[in-house]
Amino acid sequence: MTDMAVEAAQVAQSDTPMDRARALSAFKFGDVSFYWITRLSAMCVLLILGGIIISLIVGAWPAIQEFGFSFLFTQRWAPSAQPSPVLGALGPIYGTLLTSVIAMAIAVPVGLGIAIFLTELCPMSLRRPIAMAIELLAGIPSIIYGMWGFFVLGPFLANTIEPAIIALFAPIPVLNSIFAGPASNLSLFNASLVLAIMVLPFITAISRDVFATVPPVLKESAYGMGCTTWEVARNVMIPYTRVGLIGGVMLALGRALGETMAVAFIIGNSFKITPSIFAPGTTISAAIASEFAEADGVHQSGLILLGLLLFVLTFIVLTCARLMLMRIERRQGA
Amino acid sequence: MNPIYASRKRTDFIIRGLCIAAAIFGIGWLTLILGSLLWNGLTSLGLNVFTQMTPPPGVTGGGLLNAIVGSLIMTIIGVAIGAPLGMFAGTYLAEYGRHDKLSSVIRFINDVLLSAPSIIIGLFIYGAVVVPMGGFSAFAGSLALAVIVIPVVVRTTEDMLMLVPTALREAASALGLPRAYVITRVAYKAARAGLITGVLLATARVAGETAPLLFTALSNQFWSIDLTKTMANLPVTINNFVNNPDPNWKNLAWAGALLITLAVLTLNIAARYLGAERTPK
Repeated sequence: MTDMAVEAAQVAQSDTPMDRARALSAFKFGDVSFYWITRLSAMCVLLILGGIIISLIVGAWPAIQEFGFSFLFTQRWAPSAQPSPVLGALGPIYGTLLTSVIAMAIAVPVGLGIAIFLTELCPMSLRRPIAMAIELLAGIPSIIYGMWGFFVLGPFLANTIEPAIIALFAPIPVLNSIFAGPASNLSLFNASLVLAIMVLPFITAISRDVFATVPPVLKESAYGMGCTTWEVARNVMIPYTRVGLIGGVMLALGRALGETMAVAFIIGNSFKITPSIFAPGTTISAAIASEFAEADGVHQSGLILLGLLLFVLTFIVLTCARLMLMRIERRQGA
Repeated sequence: MNPIYASRKRTDFIIRGLCIAAAIFGIGWLTLILGSLLWNGLTSLGLNVFTQMTPPPGVTGGGLLNAIVGSLIMTIIGVAIGAPLGMFAGTYLAEYGRHDKLSSVIRFINDVLLSAPSIIIGLFIYGAVVVPMGGFSAFAGSLALAVIVIPVVVRTTEDMLMLVPTALREAASALGLPRAYVITRVAYKAARAGLITGVLLATARVAGETAPLLFTALSNQFWSIDLTKTMANLPVTINNFVNNPDPNWKNLAWAGALLITLAVLTLNIAARYLGAERTPK
């Protein structure tokens, strides 16, 4: 800042009015150009979104023309069928939704539990290290989770837990088709579990942040009235932060829906829909990741159309999440 | 004791137990992952990983040199393109357009892009760069990474500039400084640690990204630092190695995974340390 004051002083003391005018116009030029540089960069963000939408639509156009709405309701995925390829998105859509729902069903209660543990139960000295460890884990690249799922978790599940569950539910109708064998290293369930473990730190970190916005006075008055820890969490913390929690969960759902590398290794890449969650399946992102590099023509266009569907799906989920999180931020600011 | 009290206490006890169990369950999984990563990674990590090229299947030995160098090059170019753009955009949102309509739209879109699936970014760059340029290239890979860097940097830059006290800007303006100079010489300096933190976090985010590189930079098995051709990189190399039953490839994949994780954790810890130290409050 001192250097600026010196420069400004030099401008003021310039001998001739000419020097002074030149210096001032240089200032003005710098000012205007900086404004436009920042403004154009900000526009870039809009441009990227526009570019994503346009390039996906252009890329998907041949497939849209070829299949139209039947793309959404066809289960068969046969890129090399004769005389013309048959492509349907039902399998990947089913897999994407199913894995995300199972993952969220596991990760949300556990994540909330950890967040309540961290804000209410954990000894003070452990809070910071555990919270920091969880935030760091949220940053680990998803391919690491996928690889671990493939090499370690998949074989473990297939050899121990899954046969037990299959045997347990075998005599019960309906459930025996949901938990039908054979157990395999590659299945929808394994992928869901890896997804759940991956979004867990994320959900925990967000819920902890949201719980931190609860004014201590509110909690203290509830405790003062004789509420138990659970009653404080259920009747004070969760209602106060409800909107933010739902926003955080939807953000995590957006992540789970679009996650590629955590599931690609372990899901089995099968486009068939089977009722069993222990059967192999596929998700939109896994299908794109595994087939795109070798695809061409309508097949490639069909994969881009899948990408477009995924983008629309996540866009809706993320928009809802952001709107909800914005509401809690506004309240916090007020 | 009153039966209602007893039942309330019992419920509380059970839920507390469940919360602790959840914490142990969650942290247990995560330590398990890190543990097996460290174990498998360290046992396959040797000097050869840093000095030799990726081997063909069925051969013992070999390393990851070309992939490590390729990853470094693409990450650096991606950040070098994305970080300045993101910083300028964040500057606009925090300094010029704090309250106008356009900024709130941009802010919203940016937040959505921040968590858009990275494979979609890959498809976008494939359609926008790879097809017109006529082939996979490291440059396209870097651009895909830059697109991921931008929203992260926009967000942190805006947040950090918002923390700079208005009085500082007013003081500088009162000295007669034009707006641009107030921002570059005063606001940037006050928020410097925060801005660097943002760039480090963005680097950490892209360092392990795999999906956007799968069909932009592709990967290869040899030494190449030509930006217009495919370039080997760690994440895609790991992806290819995992998908193959070759045991030597499996070990190298673990070593690569350990390297990526260490790099990402180091960047994150550095960012945290810097952010805690000098963030204006």
